[in-house]
Amino acid sequence: MDLLEYQGKLLFARHGVPVPDGRPARTVEEALAGADAIGYPCVVKAQVQIGGRGKLGGIRVAHDRDEARDHATAILGMDIRGFTVHEVWVERASEIAAEYYASIVFDRSARAALAMLSTRGGMDIEQVAEEDPEAIAQLHVDPLIGFQDFHGRRLAFEAGVDGDLVRPVGELLARLYDAFIAEEAMLVEVNPLIVTPEREVRALDAKVTLDDNALFRHPDNAALRNPSGEDAQEQMARERGLTYVKLDGDIGILGNGAGLVMSTLDVVAQAGGRPANFLDAGGGSKAEAITSAVEVILSDPKVKAVLFNIFGGITRGDEVARGLIEAFHQVNPTVPFVVRLDGTNDEEGRRLLAEANLPNVHTAATMNEAAERVVALAREAMAEASA
Amino acid sequence: MSVVVDRDTKLCVAGITGREGSFHTANNRRYGTNVVAGVTPGKGGQDADGVPVFNTFHAAVDATGANTAMIFVPPRFAADSILEAEDAGIETIVTITEGIPAHDELRVSAQLRRNPSVRLIGPNCPGVLSPGKANVGIIPAAFFREGNVGVVSRSGTLTYQIGNELAQHGLGNSSIVGIGGDPVPGSSFVDIIELFEADDETELIVMAGEIGGDAEEQAAGYISDSVSKPVVGYIAGFTAPPGKTMGHAGAIVSGSKGTAAAKAQALEAAGVRVGRTPTQVAEIAEELAGG
Repeated sequence: MDLLEYQGKLLFARHGVPVPDGRPARTVEEALAGADAIGYPCVVKAQVQIGGRGKLGGIRVAHDRDEARDHATAILGMDIRGFTVHEVWVERASEIAAEYYASIVFDRSARAALAMLSTRGGMDIEQVAEEDPEAIAQLHVDPLIGFQDFHGRRLAFEAGVDGDLVRPVGELLARLYDAFIAEEAMLVEVNPLIVTPEREVRALDAKVTLDDNALFRHPDNAALRNPSGEDAQEQMARERGLTYVKLDGDIGILGNGAGLVMSTLDVVAQAGGRPANFLDAGGGSKAEAITSAVEVILSDPKVKAVLFNIFGGITRGDEVARGLIEAFHQVNPTVPFVVRLDGTNDEEGRRLLAEANLPNVHTAATMNEAAERVVALAREAMAEASA
Repeated sequence: MSVVVDRDTKLCVAGITGREGSFHTANNRRYGTNVVAGVTPGKGGQDADGVPVFNTFHAAVDATGANTAMIFVPPRFAADSILEAEDAGIETIVTITEGIPAHDELRVSAQLRRNPSVRLIGPNCPGVLSPGKANVGIIPAAFFREGNVGVVSRSGTLTYQIGNELAQHGLGNSSIVGIGGDPVPGSSFVDIIELFEADDETELIVMAGEIGGDAEEQAAGYISDSVSKPVVGYIAGFTAPPGKTMGHAGAIVSGSKGTAAAKAQALEAAGVRVGRTPTQVAEIAEELAGG
């Protein structure tokens, strides 16, 4: 789960990472009240989960109340690369003497937290890593020992931080690590980490990714979900407990098991089709889950045909068939379905489907055949629609 | 021979009295796996379908000599259960549970690094099947038969799909090892490929990877340096968009890292033939096994 900038900053503040004073706002009035409380000049920043908002006019400095009103009016509701701005963060304007970069990353490969610091902040860190890897100081932290003072000192000296800033930067890194551990984050990133002319350090931006599997221990964080960043189908699927990712094609996909579903998307793409979604109905899918999943897939108006690819282990083919039959009774789909059932109770499943004689449901013996069939059916549907 | 589980396996199941745990334990026993004990705190002294239940792993190990654990408890209790099994001296721990918090896995991993004699398989995996010998986990054994292809995979159902296609091409398996789809797997591709390389029953290795992390790239390096047996690869997730978790917690392309294309390329550069579909994997395997 990715947090918005202001949610990340409020989280940082709870753990003692210094951030500029600010207020979130959903309306122009709230933004003005926030600006008045902070004082001028202040910055009005669009809160969206996509980069590049500054260049598109999503970050503006207000020197007085009138400007704050103009900026909040302009930014609230604006579209930034397909995301509508529902919230702004009004923040005290900062003077910047230098821009650094700091982060704690969950390093899967090393199975440890990776702390990074660079004096080349303000730009894409992947680019810095490519052009000048020496410019990024990094070290791993053993989770059973935690972040020690020497870690902070070493990073600060190796990154070439000015001598008077070694202590405050090390301190900030330690607080960032506290936040990473306490909130069970996969990433906490500050870019830029600024140095003010008064030689204070402060997080001017915040990027935080939390572990979805740990949200049950952090009810306050779980409540931060940002539905505006979520697609309508994704929201519907999440509410129903389904694992769904929206894609931009026209072939709906349902399978069991994440690896098999990813593989199904690839095989459909190789057959010349464009998948509309990833949907893992999960192990041991029962009939109701299948019905619910069909509703989510078909709520995407772009879907022209649907592929069911089931290899039953715990999942039973007869349960999947019952779910599909039930879904047809409830939803009455108008698009064609291709069903490939293999594995546990596959014969029983195919027999049930044959008996139900559902309109526009085709069966396929193999995954490849199923993919080719569904791509052909989607093409036919497109041709009919344009005829 | 075979790897990880075999006829010497003496299994103790954490969560044996739960719905899923009891169902799959019964399946494993029916297959012939030697299930010697179960652990459910507070239910010590009872029995689950004839298997004695203990309050702690320590009591189970003392009484039965269990050498392998299967963890079937809910995510919030799973890390604790793994650490308990390790503390009780169990050396092979197969964790089926999906949804364990990543930081819990980090702590488990840090502890297990201090005890290299312990092998953790999973979490979030279907387990390990050595056809004709033992089945520990949820792999449907009916689709696999004895043979000489070792399979290692990050995904369950994809493994069944590939195993089934191998069977249709007349190929059986020495062992099938699901290493799981989480960001911090206990065993990596490298760990399992090393076992297959040393296993005299295994003549060919099939590895099924997916997007996210760099375990496949590490495997590529290891294969080119240290593996003499032929390896066939498969990678799922060519069509996955960056920044989206594709079902498995570990299946995510972060920025430009962890893409299927990069993984396939790394494997091919190491001399691994990579099938573009599960069917093609089986075709390549048949060709290599025949040659």
